[in-house]
Amino acid sequence: MSQNIVITTVAGAIRAGTPLLFASIGELLAERSGVLNLGVEGMMLIGAFTGFAVSYNTGNLWLAVVVAMVVAALLAALHAFMSVTLRANQVVSGLALVFLGSGLSGFWGQRYVGTQAPGFSNLSIPLLGKIPIIGEVLFDRDPLVYVGYILVPLVWWFLYKTRAGMNLRAVGEAPSAADARGINVSLTRYIYTIVGGAFAGLGGAYLSLAYTPMWVENMSAGRGWIAIVLVIFAIWDPLLAMVGAYLFGGISVLQFGLQVAQIPIPANIMKMFPYLFTIIVMLFTSGEKMKKRFGAPSALGIPYSREEKT
Amino acid sequence: MRLKIEKRHENASTFSVLLMSILSVVVSLVILGFIILSLGKNPIEAYIQLVSWPLGTIAGLTQTLISMMPLLFTSLGLVIAFKMKLWNIGAEGQFYMGAFGATWGALFLFNHISNPWIMLPLLALLGAGIGAGWGALAGVMKAQLGVNEILSTLMLNYVAIYWVNYLVYGPWKGAGSYNFPITATFPKSAILPQYTANGINLGIFLAIATSFFVYYLLRWTRFGFEIDIAGDNPKAAEYAGVNVKKMVIIVMIVSGALSGLGGMMQMSGVLFRLQPNFSPGYGYTAIIIALLARLNPFVTVAVAFLFGGLIVGTQQIQLFLQIPFSLVNAFQGLLLFSFVAGEALLHYKLRWVRA
Repeated sequence: MSQNIVITTVAGAIRAGTPLLFASIGELLAERSGVLNLGVEGMMLIGAFTGFAVSYNTGNLWLAVVVAMVVAALLAALHAFMSVTLRANQVVSGLALVFLGSGLSGFWGQRYVGTQAPGFSNLSIPLLGKIPIIGEVLFDRDPLVYVGYILVPLVWWFLYKTRAGMNLRAVGEAPSAADARGINVSLTRYIYTIVGGAFAGLGGAYLSLAYTPMWVENMSAGRGWIAIVLVIFAIWDPLLAMVGAYLFGGISVLQFGLQVAQIPIPANIMKMFPYLFTIIVMLFTSGEKMKKRFGAPSALGIPYSREEKT
Repeated sequence: MRLKIEKRHENASTFSVLLMSILSVVVSLVILGFIILSLGKNPIEAYIQLVSWPLGTIAGLTQTLISMMPLLFTSLGLVIAFKMKLWNIGAEGQFYMGAFGATWGALFLFNHISNPWIMLPLLALLGAGIGAGWGALAGVMKAQLGVNEILSTLMLNYVAIYWVNYLVYGPWKGAGSYNFPITATFPKSAILPQYTANGINLGIFLAIATSFFVYYLLRWTRFGFEIDIAGDNPKAAEYAGVNVKKMVIIVMIVSGALSGLGGMMQMSGVLFRLQPNFSPGYGYTAIIIALLARLNPFVTVAVAFLFGGLIVGTQQIQLFLQIPFSLVNAFQGLLLFSFVAGEALLHYKLRWVRA
């Protein structure tokens, strides 16, 4: 019995952590290039909506995922244009993205509220899925969870072991030095902001296609913001982002565990936990000194121009 | 050919700022028109209804003023915080906490007080105080530990909303609410003076009066002066003897107090009982109002009035044209984008150059 609770809780943590994982990996890439995109929540929502709508109309889940990523990437491109080309205020532009994503998804999504569409089901991996307990927890999940397993080491390898990854870090760290070495700073920032948006869209699609296969207005419920905090928590490292995402996932499924264990905490109080936990995490990770010691990209949020060296 | 951006040397004139603001709204409306069209609705018809009901009829105008009230309190609170470049995104949560405070006072703490002259000021103090405390939490975390206020205030919004949900679904569920998550109605002494049968109440005038107070505070006091220099350049402010950390906390307290007061006024002036989701995102709309008003308290009154009309008008077209209410959010996003682009273009100019 207690073994079952552990399996359900850990598996639940992974499921709840996966949308956070995708979104924070995306934000991590954008921030590594020096662009702060606060619009994750909006991009997740547009991803969740388009994913659901495509699945509803075509029944093709993978097409749904791709479209969700493309549409969220388009929103991110708008933010890239604002912050890179126009050198506009990145905070305000990011907030605008949240309003727009939430508004458009709610607007177009209203006719899908209460409908059902095909969603991802669990797919046991041969051999690995047969391992007792561990196999059941890790390798009897939906395919997007596996995408997460593969994505994280891939992004880590890309960031630290490839030339392109080195260039990306250079652009976020010292844009004028990168520019002097012949790296196109603006192009780099465009690319990773857009790729970051695509991952946020993937996170959103996970919500409406796998986590709870339905569409509800504002269904991301602040996960986009939590993903931004996760990037800080992970000190801009993809492997730590993965740990953090599953940890946060664990906090948000804790309520089910507590219910099973019959600890009487009202549902609405338990729903506060992920947000309270986020605040607590920020208390421990926010100091300027901390950020300087652990690689926050030095040029984060600062527009670059060759003429005005800052 | 490629797009090149160059810094403008002269400062933007008031005229070009005004022109840019009007242009932002027009561009947003045009794009929004296509979005409405995408649902197979006629945007022209929608716009006519959107404007004619809230601004062209007495009943609509009344509703517009009523929904201006919470918007004005919250956006004035944000004007103060944004002046210091403190990104308080938590007006929504501070508003909820103010409403919580007012309900706590009206139904439990002071429910034996029958004199409204004693009751109402007490509720205002309680609402503003709890809103201030909610703002102070983010302020203290920012000042002492450097916690990003955007993220902390946002998280606190969710906590505040679930706190209110907990109360109205649980211990505060009113007798005779037929199991709906709603508290009992406020006693008579806890209700603001009502001037018409359809809800024009004292809170509306207090909100407008608050704009004068905020103007005075920012323009004519040492506090306002310190906000200005701390917002412009914290290092220089520190050098001039301003305790910036203390200012961060105080500004978040004042900002939260105004939003909390708004929550109290909404309870005592309009709703009279606490229920879940009683705000259609007033505190978030307030962000846009404060920015579009360029942090001027008097312009804020005008912009809040227009946004009050926008909310009322959208409720109207939702009812009669079946256009989803989320249109408001999409419009706000478009406005904010064109605002931020316009702002950038006032400081820089774009030029095509040969590569």
